[in-house]
Amino acid sequence: MSTAETAATVLGELTQALAAKRLRIIDLSQTLSPGFPQIVLPPEFDQCAPFRMEVISHYDERGPNVYWNNISFGEHFGTHFDAPIHWITGRDLPHASTDTLPESSFIAPACVVDCSADAACDADFLLTAGRLREWEERYGRIPPGAWLLMRTDWSKRSDPVAYQNFNEAGQHSPGPDVSAVEFLVHERQVIGFGSETIGTDAGQAAHFRPPYPCHAIMHGNGRFGLQCLSNLDLLPPTGALIIAAPLKILRGSGSPVRALALVETGAAR
Amino acid sequence: MTTDALKRPPRRNPTLPLRLPTLPPGNRSRAALHLTAAVAEGRFELQKCHDCGQVQYPPRDACTACLSVRLVWQPVSGEGELISDTVLHHSNELYYRHLVPLRLGLVRLKENVTVLALLHMDCPAATAPVRLRAHLDKAGQATFIALPAIDTPNLADDRILREMTSDPKFRKVLITDANSATGQALCKAFADAGADTIWAGVAEPWKVRPGFSSITDLPNVTVVPLDLTDNRSVQDLVGSVGAKVDILINNAEFHRSSGISDRPGTETARAEMEINYLGMMRLAQSFGPAMRARAAEGSVPSTAWVNILSIYALSSLPSQGTFSASKAAALSLSQTLRAEMRQAGIRVVNVFPGPIDDEWTQLIPPPKLLPSALARAVVKGLQDGVEDIYPGDVAQDLFKKWRENAKALEREMWGQ
Repeated sequence: MSTAETAATVLGELTQALAAKRLRIIDLSQTLSPGFPQIVLPPEFDQCAPFRMEVISHYDERGPNVYWNNISFGEHFGTHFDAPIHWITGRDLPHASTDTLPESSFIAPACVVDCSADAACDADFLLTAGRLREWEERYGRIPPGAWLLMRTDWSKRSDPVAYQNFNEAGQHSPGPDVSAVEFLVHERQVIGFGSETIGTDAGQAAHFRPPYPCHAIMHGNGRFGLQCLSNLDLLPPTGALIIAAPLKILRGSGSPVRALALVETGAAR
Repeated sequence: MTTDALKRPPRRNPTLPLRLPTLPPGNRSRAALHLTAAVAEGRFELQKCHDCGQVQYPPRDACTACLSVRLVWQPVSGEGELISDTVLHHSNELYYRHLVPLRLGLVRLKENVTVLALLHMDCPAATAPVRLRAHLDKAGQATFIALPAIDTPNLADDRILREMTSDPKFRKVLITDANSATGQALCKAFADAGADTIWAGVAEPWKVRPGFSSITDLPNVTVVPLDLTDNRSVQDLVGSVGAKVDILINNAEFHRSSGISDRPGTETARAEMEINYLGMMRLAQSFGPAMRARAAEGSVPSTAWVNILSIYALSSLPSQGTFSASKAAALSLSQTLRAEMRQAGIRVVNVFPGPIDDEWTQLIPPPKLLPSALARAVVKGLQDGVEDIYPGDVAQDLFKKWRENAKALEREMWGQ
């Protein structure tokens, strides 16, 4: 099949655009490493396991011709996908675990709201419905089935202490408030919400009403979450296509993902 | 002339070959191992004949006076008289070759037995009253050393005594979890004991406990990242400080309070095993070889490895069943570690505290061991050169009951 013939199909055009670098692939993932922090729950609860790696063999007496590792981590470690059954509000939804989610859940466009300046001034910055409407006035209506990605540049905090940002009152990191989540779920029908922080909810979201709105409301309505994203500063406000497929874990509540964005060259910020 | 105060030892001359560790003769009869076992736990005991009262030395199976086999191990005071002394200038034992000249003497104990003992430098010439002590030598076996009858100003700084103990003075110490209550107390205690450097290990540095800044303010404390669940973290640390650690204090632990069937799942138990058991193993694979290599270094050799276990390693506390099990596993592992570290003469010290007064024993009524008391017991144990430490009343009581009847204690633990 010639290149000219290939281009006649949609996938052919895509292939050509990638080869010609008219489409750029941006990696939105953090490296799975033992140095990346895991979410902290109060110590009386069982905890999400951080990423750990033990060598099976390294061309040595344990396996002279093989290098490989056993790895372990919680479903919600690193750059990861939250399925609706992650939260109690989504427990009875059909097709809501990592093994039953429709394939269409894994590829979707993204709207990127730049809150980096706000988060730089205020670690507890909250994205509101009002702010989303302002964004729409400039970039157009958030389409149904799109990811809403909140850019905060939090992923640039390479020091885990700064990334976690705890003090005596708990964690301080930006996220959506209740109004933003209600708006996105009920008025815009987003596929989910994505963040650069350790969770989709703000650090202080335990004190919101309801607590953890981005988990409770998103997942209760069958929507998803992506968190610990990086490189959101390389995405345009609209027009990026996100590919983020969780591992097909039986009754899995989520999974680390290699999240990728396709961006048209020249469309980047 | 009395012992000079220990001065800060000179740095190793890096152009000279490292002295390799050797051991004093380590074989003992089974009877003699009873003496070693008592010394390992901090007691000085000899056999006494139940029938005629004669105290025995060396340990044996029948009384030297009446041939009775009813020999009972009983504490002795160590009071005695140095009846003769000499200086050893030559030995064919590799270990003693680097220690000569060495003072030796015969000590007649008030129990009417005579023993051959090493002499502290401050011991006067014979004849003179002395205090006989039994210590573990580098081979982990009981050896006698005679001290002067009255403490001299720098008694602990004697060359031979320091060979048999692990006094932290001028030594470099790693504390595997400095953020915990016990870790903070240990940092302070080792600073007070004159440790040269204290590396304060911290896992998950975003969780800072109250009081931690008082540790980091200490002049000889350096905070280092160390997460015993992460073998890369352990390797990174051994890569930076492994060739300098003289005393390793493994106090990192994960402690939750539950039985094994009243809470679903195994994740908490796994987390306990990851730190309390596998964490020690990760340390052993990294710091074990590093410390063994330096066990005879000229000025300040590596000397001791301390595990903070739990008295519940001996007999499970059912209300803390998973924690007890992880500490029992750690105890078993530490016995292998002891056998392996002993090849280089490094002492593995196990500490068996009862409940420590911290946030994980809130519902356990007093008496509870203060973290500062635990830390003092660890320092004292190193200074005394013992191998097993049972700090505090609860540990002492449970250890005694365990020795008397482990099965009876198992039942008693049900109600605690």
